[in-house]
Amino acid sequence: MTCTEFLAQLDEMLDQDAAIPLRADLEEHLRECEHCEITLNTTRKTIEIYRSHEIYALPDDLRERLHAAIMAKCRKC
Amino acid sequence: MAAFEKLVRQYDRQVFRIAQHIVQNREDAEDVVQDAFLKAYEKLDQFQGNSKFYTWLVRIAVNESLMRLRKRRTGRMVSIDEDVETEEGSMPRDLADWSPDPEALYGQSEMADILRKTIQGLPPGFRVVFALRDVEGLSTEETAETLGLSVPAVKSRLLRARLQLRERLSRYFKKGMGGAQEALAQGGVK
Repeated sequence: MTCTEFLAQLDEMLDQDAAIPLRADLEEHLRECEHCEITLNTTRKTIEIYRSHEIYALPDDLRERLHAAIMAKCRKC
Repeated sequence: MAAFEKLVRQYDRQVFRIAQHIVQNREDAEDVVQDAFLKAYEKLDQFQGNSKFYTWLVRIAVNESLMRLRKRRTGRMVSIDEDVETEEGSMPRDLADWSPDPEALYGQSEMADILRKTIQGLPPGFRVVFALRDVEGLSTEETAETLGLSVPAVKSRLLRARLQLRERLSRYFKKGMGGAQEALAQGGVK
């Protein structure tokens, strides 16, 4: 398996889809290719970091203001 | 009305987050939240039970967000197909390994700045797929349905979005002394 073929299946590896037809081949490639192992691990970490950090939090005061505005507009409908 | 109010409370944070991911501007995101919920309220009778309310609402919010982007760019068309034909990110270039605990390299607000700055650099069509699939946790099929894209198109954009973000984050997180300080010295983090 080449690195390009591995990358084409990267999403399946990241999503840990149990039914990957080529899982054994992919894992064999990973054991032999440090670059693909790094790519897999750091891409997985990328997703984890974005998932665990709330980068666009809705502050409570803004939330209340939006909520009041939405409900006022809906009542006028 | 009370039932709808409950739905607003249930989904306002997600709608705000999705809007911010697309429009990259807080004022516009606030307008999107209001317009999306108002539109959902007006069209409640058109809501078909064959999709979840949340994915229906997300579709409205995505469309409102793209309209805002278009307005901000003075009428230039913006669609989720924009700028996605690039080959960038289809092949990793920076193959240096990351620090074992990259989050320990930066404080909480510094990290949030890095993540915002990094995702801002992606085309809207990649940002929205990454936000729906990886941040909001929609399935590939739900993401495709929400955006009116095919499943293979969502998969292709998601892979490239993930690889581009990984590549861009590498300059902040790579192993060794250089990474964090080098990025800071280049003004990468304010």
